[in-house]
Amino acid sequence: MPAAEAPARQSQPFKPQPWRDRRIEVILGNLLRTGVLVSAAVVLVGACIYLYRHAHDPADYRVFRGEPSEYRTFSGVIQSVISGRGQGIIQLGLLFLIATPIARVAFSVVGFAIERDRQYVAFTLLVLAILLYSFLGSGIGV
Amino acid sequence: MTILEFTVVVAIVSFVAGLLGSLTGLGGGVVLVPLLTIFFHVDIRYAIGASLVSVIATSSGAAAAYVKEGFSNIRIGMFLEIATTFGALLGAFLATRIPTSALAIIFGAVLLYSAYVSRKARTLAERSLPPDPLATRLRLNGSFPDLEGRRTYNVQRVPTGFSLMFGAGALSGLLGIGSGAVKVLAMDQAMRIPFKVSTTTSNFMIGVTAAASAGVYLSRGYVDPGLSMPVMLGVLAGSLLGSRILVKAETKSLRLVFSVVILVLGLQMLYNGFWGKI
Repeated sequence: MPAAEAPARQSQPFKPQPWRDRRIEVILGNLLRTGVLVSAAVVLVGACIYLYRHAHDPADYRVFRGEPSEYRTFSGVIQSVISGRGQGIIQLGLLFLIATPIARVAFSVVGFAIERDRQYVAFTLLVLAILLYSFLGSGIGV
Repeated sequence: MTILEFTVVVAIVSFVAGLLGSLTGLGGGVVLVPLLTIFFHVDIRYAIGASLVSVIATSSGAAAAYVKEGFSNIRIGMFLEIATTFGALLGAFLATRIPTSALAIIFGAVLLYSAYVSRKARTLAERSLPPDPLATRLRLNGSFPDLEGRRTYNVQRVPTGFSLMFGAGALSGLLGIGSGAVKVLAMDQAMRIPFKVSTTTSNFMIGVTAAASAGVYLSRGYVDPGLSMPVMLGVLAGSLLGSRILVKAETKSLRLVFSVVILVLGLQMLYNGFWGKI
């Protein structure tokens, strides 16, 4: 049975490191890795379906056409996932991937709040706002 | 080429780029865009979209390992991310408006600069710099594990570093790369952050910076699933393998080879840009 009290910290001769609770940082690191592995797995599933159906089509990326709306908006991606399209599932995995660092920043707000560091709560919220503006405000959410 | 052949070949190339990028610390994204555009004749906008996605994957995938080592400084990272994310938004905005030949020329210049930085000897941060008032106010100074216990460091020239990071973010958003070379300039040279601290801190900043422009790229239709899939999976697998064998590998000669590759690709990009081939 684990001890009721937290294990004694190693005494440090210097002033404590920024971000005193390294546990939060380790949790965040693992969160990032999990997010990446989940999105890689989703992309891989999409890749199998895509390759199974289109393996022998010609590959041509010489001319930029821009993706159709089903691959560049949330609703479009969800619809193409529902209809079982490989490219849609790949795109869903990529959306997870982009969301992973955003989630990390969101959790960092909590971490700094626990430390009662108002200055860095404000900084982190600003970064989060920029990320959300880019992610949601760029037209993906249409 | 059929889609199957294309996917397999691009995945292998991306794997090698991710492996070399991780072993040399120069990042894989910087060679991917020129390789895709020059050898696979991919439109540079699709190449940038795919590369950006792979940059998020490698940065986030390596974060867990770096955190455990105890070098990264989350306050430096978060503070500078204000600059890099703003820059990335600007870069992504510009990328949709400037001609592709100009993109190729800027890319070529960044490659040449990266090759130069990778050959230059690193300046060792002096041990006992006096604390800078602004850095102290922002609580940027820190310490990291050293042979003789923990070593403290004092961050210098915050405004210069912050401005350079804005530029690094803009290049990242414009070209879909991690822009490690500019980060080295900002964090090592200007701010005098110790090497290990700046590399590990900039690693997790790269993912957040790329995420700031990825939304714009995706919504503009630059992220093609068929192309991004082999690039992302290949680079991720290569860089994860690279971070495992990093300890044993002889990286000095690898760095030399890789920086020559970067140099050649940079010249090729400039040539293609100036002659309107991209």
